[in-house]
Amino acid sequence: MEILACVKRVPDTSENGIELDSTAGDIQRDDLVYSVNEPDNYAVEEALQIVGRVGGNVTVVTVGSEEDEEVLRREMAMGANQGVLLFDEAFSGSDAKGIATILKAFVQKGHYDLILTGVQAEDGGAQVGGMLAALLDYPFASLVNSIEILEGGKLKISREIEGGTKEINEIDLPCVLSIQTGINEPRYVGMRGIRQVASVNIPTFGGADLGVDATAVGASAAKVKREDYFVPTLGKGAEILQGSREEIVEKLVTLLKDKGGLK
Amino acid sequence: MARIFAYIVHKNGAVDDTAIELKAAANKIDAAATVTAIVAGWGTELDAVCTVLSASYSEIWKVANEAIAYPNAELVRKALLKILPKGSILLVPHAHFGVDLSPGLSVKLDAAYVSDVVGIEGTEGVFLKLVRQEFGGQVSTHVRCDLSAGAVINIRPSAFKPLQSEPAGGRIVDKSGEIGELTSRRRFLETIVAESEDVDISKLPVLVSIGRGIQEKDNVAIAQELADAMGAALSCSRPVVDAKWMPKSRQVGSSGKTVKPKVYLACGISGSFQHLVGIKGNPFIVAINKNPKAPIFQVADVGIIADMLEFLPELTNKIREVSAVHA
Repeated sequence: MEILACVKRVPDTSENGIELDSTAGDIQRDDLVYSVNEPDNYAVEEALQIVGRVGGNVTVVTVGSEEDEEVLRREMAMGANQGVLLFDEAFSGSDAKGIATILKAFVQKGHYDLILTGVQAEDGGAQVGGMLAALLDYPFASLVNSIEILEGGKLKISREIEGGTKEINEIDLPCVLSIQTGINEPRYVGMRGIRQVASVNIPTFGGADLGVDATAVGASAAKVKREDYFVPTLGKGAEILQGSREEIVEKLVTLLKDKGGLK
Repeated sequence: MARIFAYIVHKNGAVDDTAIELKAAANKIDAAATVTAIVAGWGTELDAVCTVLSASYSEIWKVANEAIAYPNAELVRKALLKILPKGSILLVPHAHFGVDLSPGLSVKLDAAYVSDVVGIEGTEGVFLKLVRQEFGGQVSTHVRCDLSAGAVINIRPSAFKPLQSEPAGGRIVDKSGEIGELTSRRRFLETIVAESEDVDISKLPVLVSIGRGIQEKDNVAIAQELADAMGAALSCSRPVVDAKWMPKSRQVGSSGKTVKPKVYLACGISGSFQHLVGIKGNPFIVAINKNPKAPIFQVADVGIIADMLEFLPELTNKIREVSAVHA
């Protein structure tokens, strides 16, 4: 089975908090550590496991710039056969539909039985997979938490719906699936694995290579634009306990006792 | 102004809470708009849903088709493409069905799509200004959406407060005849309800809940000791289940369980929307997190800025001390 996994490089918020750059209406990006969008690792792992069972190849693709090669290499260190970068100045400022349009052009250059995405990007909204499927006119399923290969070019898939309930569907290939986290345990990637793929050539395709209509992508085609970032205020905010560690512990024990939190 | 439609989610003949929330969201786009509910399904359940909706919507478009007795997003999309007027704005709840339906629908309509909207600030010419969140709710963004070719807008459940309104006496318009035959390359087979486990966290009054801050499986014992000392049960957020450190039955949130405790101790939990919607009944929430900007501090009653792995053992010791004095 030929599988394409679409991945994205995002700021890693498990390591560092997001700070605002108020003058630029953006987040402060200089000190951020970037890594692959965590849900995408589940998509790549699932692709590798399927290929391990039935044979085939896994290609990972991202729309970005040279900096994004590192996430392709990381997924190749996991075991993906090939990484591909889609880069063009004209792609810059694309909204989700623009990204899906670029990916569609790439998909149509090759032959893929199955296209996987992560469930959602940390800085996104679970958009590109469903859009890509519609542009290709392939069937689509979101929130997929198990995949079984059936005879006759079909899959049996489970979707995670409310309260942990599973919705079981049959879906025809080729199709696009967005993979829910927890479907598998993405394999560990060590420094050695990264070094082994450090000098592998990563093919790059631009708009002309892909035959992308320049008016359909980039900032000018985007119907949806992010204008700024701000810090939301949800409730009145917590009373932050102050003092030495010992004082804080004591205050908390008293509060817990008052509120019925201790037996 | 374009016509506004609300896609109504329902199950077993009951209307989802989001039905009236979508009406409130539509009101923020255009207070003068007449909002039309679209409800798709089959049989007596569908009729029951239409009747309920006629109390809150002045017009309901009913789409009855046996193929969508269970809502298959590809089939519903095909039905909507037949009936939605060009340039419409369609509001859809951002849950498992909306995530399946809306991105593809927007492409087929050649309309704009905005996902998981938590606020609507109104229109400026052909643009609609919306609020979204990113990075698990750590930051919000203003998003500008071009409405000139219509839009599909997914609305976060619970983000909009229902309006108090007069009974609408809604007119039910049967659109079923316009749909034609529906076929899909994805076929629904069945739903499998999650098995219940040893401890039912949805019924317990005191929960010690752990998130990503637990860092590794061996550390779960640190939280379990605190729970034992408090006489509480251990629950968790999604990353802990994804890492297989705790079973799915202990997960609080939209894809896990809804809990209604008196006291909820959130340890190393950032407080994403998906987690917070699983906490009901207005409990006393204590948040322990080393990131002072974690969204959990905005909803908690009391916050402690500390590494849970250092703080929890100290808290456990103190509680044991206090309990020993009283024993």
